[in-house]
Amino acid sequence: MLTSSLILIPLIGAVLGLFAKGNSSKIVALLVALVNLGLTAAIMAKFNPEAGIQFEQNCSWIPSLGVNYHVGIDGISLIMVLLANIAGPLIILSQFNRDIERAHIYNALILFMQAAMIGVFVSFDGFLYYIFWELALIPIFFIMLGWGGPNRQPVTLKFFIYTLAGSLFMLVGFILLYFNSANGSFDYANLIGLNMDLNMQLIIFGLLFIAFAIKMPMFPFHSWQPGAYTEAPTQGTMLLSGVMLKMGIYSVFRWILPVVPDAVAQLSTLMISLSVAGIIYGSWIAIKQKDIKTLFAFASFAHVGLIAAGLFSNNANALQGALMQSLVHGINAIGLFYCADIIQNRLGDRNVDGKGGIRLVAPVFATLFAIVMLGTVALPLTNGFVGEFLLLIGIADYSIAASAVAGLTVIFCAVYMLRSYQMVVLGENTKSVSFTFPDLLLSEKIVLGIIALLVIFLGVHPYPILKMTEPAVLQLLQLINA
Amino acid sequence: MTNSIDVVGKYATFMMLIPMLPFLGFIINGLFGKSLPKTLAGALSTVAVFIPFCLAVSIFLDFQSGAAKAFTIEFFQWISVGSLKIPMEFYTDQLSSLFMLIITGVGSLIHLYSMGYMHDDEGHNRFFAYLNLFIFFMLILVLGGNYLITFIGWEGVGLCSYLLIGFWYKNQEYNDAAKKAFVMNRIGDLGFLLAIFLIFQTFGSISFTELFPQAGKFGMNEGIIVAITMLLFVGATGKSAQLPLFTWLPDAMAGPTPVSALIHAATMVTAGIYLIVRSNILFSLAPDTQDVILIVGLATAIIGALIGLRQNDIKKVLAYSTVSQLGYMFIALGLGAYEAAFFHVMTHAFFKALLFLGAGSVIHAMSGEQDIRNMGGLFKKIPVTAWTFLIGTIAISGIPPLAGFFSKDEILANAFAHNPLIWGLALGGSMLTAFYMFRLFFLTFFGEFRGSEHQKSHLHESPLTITIPLMVLAVLSIIGGFAGVPEVLGGENSNWLASFLSPVFADNEILEHAAHHLDHNLEIMLMCISVAAAVVMITIAYVTYISKGSLPAKDTEEQGFFAKLIANKFYFDELYNAIIVKPVMALSSALYNFVEVYIIDGFVNLLGKTTVTGSRVLRLAQTGNIGFYFFAITISILVIILINTIF
Repeated sequence: MLTSSLILIPLIGAVLGLFAKGNSSKIVALLVALVNLGLTAAIMAKFNPEAGIQFEQNCSWIPSLGVNYHVGIDGISLIMVLLANIAGPLIILSQFNRDIERAHIYNALILFMQAAMIGVFVSFDGFLYYIFWELALIPIFFIMLGWGGPNRQPVTLKFFIYTLAGSLFMLVGFILLYFNSANGSFDYANLIGLNMDLNMQLIIFGLLFIAFAIKMPMFPFHSWQPGAYTEAPTQGTMLLSGVMLKMGIYSVFRWILPVVPDAVAQLSTLMISLSVAGIIYGSWIAIKQKDIKTLFAFASFAHVGLIAAGLFSNNANALQGALMQSLVHGINAIGLFYCADIIQNRLGDRNVDGKGGIRLVAPVFATLFAIVMLGTVALPLTNGFVGEFLLLIGIADYSIAASAVAGLTVIFCAVYMLRSYQMVVLGENTKSVSFTFPDLLLSEKIVLGIIALLVIFLGVHPYPILKMTEPAVLQLLQLINA
Repeated sequence: MTNSIDVVGKYATFMMLIPMLPFLGFIINGLFGKSLPKTLAGALSTVAVFIPFCLAVSIFLDFQSGAAKAFTIEFFQWISVGSLKIPMEFYTDQLSSLFMLIITGVGSLIHLYSMGYMHDDEGHNRFFAYLNLFIFFMLILVLGGNYLITFIGWEGVGLCSYLLIGFWYKNQEYNDAAKKAFVMNRIGDLGFLLAIFLIFQTFGSISFTELFPQAGKFGMNEGIIVAITMLLFVGATGKSAQLPLFTWLPDAMAGPTPVSALIHAATMVTAGIYLIVRSNILFSLAPDTQDVILIVGLATAIIGALIGLRQNDIKKVLAYSTVSQLGYMFIALGLGAYEAAFFHVMTHAFFKALLFLGAGSVIHAMSGEQDIRNMGGLFKKIPVTAWTFLIGTIAISGIPPLAGFFSKDEILANAFAHNPLIWGLALGGSMLTAFYMFRLFFLTFFGEFRGSEHQKSHLHESPLTITIPLMVLAVLSIIGGFAGVPEVLGGENSNWLASFLSPVFADNEILEHAAHHLDHNLEIMLMCISVAAAVVMITIAYVTYISKGSLPAKDTEEQGFFAKLIANKFYFDELYNAIIVKPVMALSSALYNFVEVYIIDGFVNLLGKTTVTGSRVLRLAQTGNIGFYFFAITISILVIILINTIF
């Protein structure tokens, strides 16, 4: 029941919030998100890493199709659930000092999205999983269309059609799996270790992976992403980059690696090459981007490329790195897009040109922004380093050359992050005499402060998180290499 | 590498306090700096470095007396996945104990100096916060018990360097210099990281005490060891400003002068030397890598010295001199003379910190002026600064019995034993050193005052907080060399440093066989030659700048080809700009405008458009005319029947 509550609480909260007016709807949403975070903490406390899938609930749903309502949590689910529930309160709090039209609907959609994404992370029935996967698309569609930037319509449409098209392939993939399973089932336990022949595995891999590759996104399926991240309202971008793209990464863990292991082994070189190409491509483009939101979008794309390369490296270091980095990237992306939002809020636009001088008048913002930036640049003792190190050392196990090329992100990321930080925050503002940039308000301080603390805490002491997921990863590797 | 339990128990607290006190200083000054009075903030920071110095002295004394042996302290598990276990651990031995002394000792002096130097700066407390953070990371660097902990310090000092070069963040040129330093260091850092990956693959561990004992199973020049050492060396070239990654260091002079003294002369830039000395067992197994190090070190030593000849900014001269002196340390590393390399790290920390701090005192007195063409005649005005600066200058020029003579002589002797040609080139570089340093000294302190009236009226000797560190460092620059008196001068066991550090190299069997044995008479002769050469160069400098009173060319004057080449620093920056920076930037735009927008997104849009156009065409068939539908149905049936009859 605990697991279902994780989905139900935000869902009920979303409905409740609809009855609240204006700013009180924000408070309701925040409380709901905090309750869910508390529940997550309780689950973490009770969680036994060695015990596999826990907090299970499995009952028949559509008996004629063999579909069950089967939810549960293992180490891999838990880190994603944790991310979604850390992200939730931060995202909701991030709009506290902003004027949002129809705030009650906006917050209801955020909570609805939260519920659907958590549903994806805890479903152990393929059909149920698919329902949640598609459900998650609906709120973000309305969030983008209703609250997005001036160019939102074509961008939202492209995003929607692109990901929906991917999902259809995935649906076919699951149907194929259904027919290959022993007695017609969508259940995770019945879909792993099926001993399908390689051709069937490759077909299923292709069908499932196209949906996941679009969601992450992976090179070259990414072209919906920069526009969507740029045009979505800040909270939409946070949801997309912070949590939603992890649905793609998580799904590879859950529905590809253990389900079609031979196909993975067959294609890993290609996948790693594509991912590494994405790292270089994304970081390179990020260097000269003018709109910092677009810049962060390409940066995010590059970072996800590294995670994707780790997914296919078939060793514990890389997989642990991928999980760690999923959590960390989510937190840091929320931080970065919030910084972009704060700049836009104060200065009216996000162009890096003609900015500067913020450090001089808003030292708290400049410092917190710098900490989030250092986390993104993956300085040791910040959260970004642990995942990046594990990913790179894992990829090196697969191929030191791939690791060396992927490692260029270490240099590129420093270039584009320091460059944009310098242009926007440092220096003096020479453009306008009446330059003002009020330092952070309380709610902004709380959001960025928590993120900054997480940047440092997870960087200094990642051990508990690593231990939480390690048995699940080792079990997964056993399944794959059986 | 024994792990004596008593020692660990005794020093567990010490080893915790040594890095944590500066860190505490950083936290206090960083969080509450706004409400702290300047003097208190500065004093707090200084004490936060001085107490660790005292603790380091006590540890050093125990190593000296033999009471302590190398020990490891593990604090907690940092990163752990399967067999990859990376604890937060410190490994303390003779090498790290000496580094601790330099970092906290010279560090304390520079903190004290900064209390005077930065007193009027509005960012005073922030400055001390950064300085303390730097000391913290630098200590982590030399104390780390495995490569990744060292790497924490390695990147951490890079961060502090970035923060301090761009300390006056209003100036975007300074920020550029800071960014350049960070990015260039990151290039090296990637090499370091890849080396760590290979070390883990090869040895199954990255802890010093676990991997070095395994080195014995490898033969000479085995591919994997050469790869590891080359990658470590790439890391070292970034941090220690060697070719081709040295151009960030002169730009780093944008930072406040105490920063140049502490980070960009005495400590951080020697991290590369530390890394290689620490890994000496691996490097001794890879003579190929050592040859590369030797060549790079030699080239850097000479190019740095050549550029130093024609610099007119007092700090830039010292910066290129640092590049060049670091080159000498790498020459020693390339020769396998690890102890000599460290010896030069130590003496260089004394005299270069002294010279930079002296330069700061001069700049202070000159109301911010840094161009030596606008100085002159300062000797009588700022005598303490002048005298101590003179001592630093003599020390770096290699005149006995000052510190630089002994350490440089040890490197030169090793070079001669390896190959007289190397010795000749290295000697040439050190002659250039003597010349440009005395050129700097004479132009600054002798002749007529060439500054403005305003500057003249403000000339003053610096306060005690500034001059005391100068005097202490001057004393160290005089006596520091006696730590390593060569056998030929002092008799057997006169080289205290070599015997003190010998446990660090005890497991390196190759080194035992490779130690140089020069004939005593020959060694004496070489010394005489190098001293004579230095004296000749000093004389030339004297004649040129004092007797003849010539002045360096103005920026506007026409210069010969070589003069221009040197004055423009061999166009390294321009070269990198043309072959790296510009193409990277251009390709960034090209990738976006062409590949991203035109090809990838273009293809996706094309798919969308095809669908829309296709449906538009098909839509035309839906005319709503019943007759047309019947006609279409009839035709279709006919076609189906036709096909069925044919096949």
